[in-house]
Amino acid sequence: MTKSLRPPLKPIIFLVCLWPLFSIGYTIYNDNLGANPIEYIEKHFGLWALIFLCLTLSLTPLKRLTQFGQWILYRRMLGLFVFFYASIHLLIYLGLDYQFAWTDIQDDILKHKYVLVGFLAWLLLIPLAFTSTNTMIKKLKKRWKSLHQLIYLVAILAILHFFWLVKKDLTEPIIYGSILATLLLIRVYYFAKNKQSKNKKNNEN
Amino acid sequence: MSFKNPIRPSEITPEHIYNDRRKFLKSIAIGLGATALSSMAFAKVRSLDNIVDSDLSIGDKKTSFKDITTYNNYYEFGTKKTDPSEYADKLTTDPWSVSIDGAVKKNKVLSIDEIIKLSSLEERIYRLRCVEGWSMVIPWVGIPLRSLLKHVSPTNNAKFVKFTTLNRPSEMIGQRYKVLDWPYVEGLRMDEAMHPLTILAVGLYGKVLPNQNGAPIRLVVPWKYGFKSTKAITKISLVEKMPKTSWMKAGPTEYGFYANVNPKVDHPRWTQATEREIGKGLFAPRVKTKMFNGYEKEVGYMYKNMDLKKYF
Repeated sequence: MTKSLRPPLKPIIFLVCLWPLFSIGYTIYNDNLGANPIEYIEKHFGLWALIFLCLTLSLTPLKRLTQFGQWILYRRMLGLFVFFYASIHLLIYLGLDYQFAWTDIQDDILKHKYVLVGFLAWLLLIPLAFTSTNTMIKKLKKRWKSLHQLIYLVAILAILHFFWLVKKDLTEPIIYGSILATLLLIRVYYFAKNKQSKNKKNNEN
Repeated sequence: MSFKNPIRPSEITPEHIYNDRRKFLKSIAIGLGATALSSMAFAKVRSLDNIVDSDLSIGDKKTSFKDITTYNNYYEFGTKKTDPSEYADKLTTDPWSVSIDGAVKKNKVLSIDEIIKLSSLEERIYRLRCVEGWSMVIPWVGIPLRSLLKHVSPTNNAKFVKFTTLNRPSEMIGQRYKVLDWPYVEGLRMDEAMHPLTILAVGLYGKVLPNQNGAPIRLVVPWKYGFKSTKAITKISLVEKMPKTSWMKAGPTEYGFYANVNPKVDHPRWTQATEREIGKGLFAPRVKTKMFNGYEKEVGYMYKNMDLKKYF
């Protein structure tokens, strides 16, 4: 029973998830970061954090649509990669972009709403990452699930962060926004459907 | 040869020599000696010889030619910084004419050669500060805008100058998307336009201006955010009312008419207190942005009694 729960492709998927590190390394090695290298690296990790967020949130819908439960076994790992890349993104902002000039950083976070929502999204990821262990899942029981529903709020904040930082061309935020909206709507659909069938059962009883 | 591969500047045939050759061959093919002579004369004017230095240049270290020509905001060719250097080579900049109309004694249509004959070409090494919070130091080549304005004799009704960029979606592929209200429109108050620092640039690093930097002729107003400096200008109108600019239409709360570099007035999205200097590497700190981009001594008097928070 426990054996079947071991995700068989875990090591391979783990390596694939490191792709953003390899690709930025390759770009640095080839001196292709362009005229504004800090901006390039900062955007690179921000975008990958968002991509991993989409991937993480697509596993439950995939499970439902394919009637194949194994997808869920990779959710924790992908979710932790969201935290990993979002943290690098933040660290580059703090360390490379602002060189840990805390007063400037504080000003930037408080004055600019896109920075603020991005920062909040990262803050909300912290409790999720720290309660991702088996022990914590057991400890928190039902509360674990409600806690981890914070990821939906993180998704909304992350997309706002993207929308508000873009100057004029909203193509990319719209693409990622649509993906996340679809993933959230699928959940709403199944939630409504479940409720309906439950009601039906209750009525029949 | 791929357009995408960056070529070392030294490998490029200067555009005027290239044009020279083509025109020369073409005229021989037609077999008209007179045409050959006139086109060679034309090319001679286009070459950026006899550039004089200017006291208005700054002594800061110049940003590299590569960075200046591969990191551009020029939405007519796309919204990515690398789009202009990739796609702007499709733009035909010769022949070109600039029409000057409105509150002037006589409307004029001038070629680039006629414009640069109005004054001697000067090298102006200026800071450029983008509203997005980055900056460069660029050696422009051009003439003061005031030489052109004096040439057309503005009337008393000339209170503002309106600049319009070329509208040609067949070559400017970014114009196929309505990111901004094309054609791009910018404007200056008359005193700003007449200020000695304000130039029309036709060159960069002593060479003919690359297309991605606004060829064949662009405005440079060094104490204002970069978007004020209209590229590929086809029309200059002297008007009585303050023109509504493209960015004012796109975001009235974000972009004002004046757009003076001002560290004390933040943009809703970006801090304007500091800036990133392009080309200083991964570990260079941001630097403090200066009032009027460091040109306060020269231009401050024009805004003396103005509330710059209101007139941003």
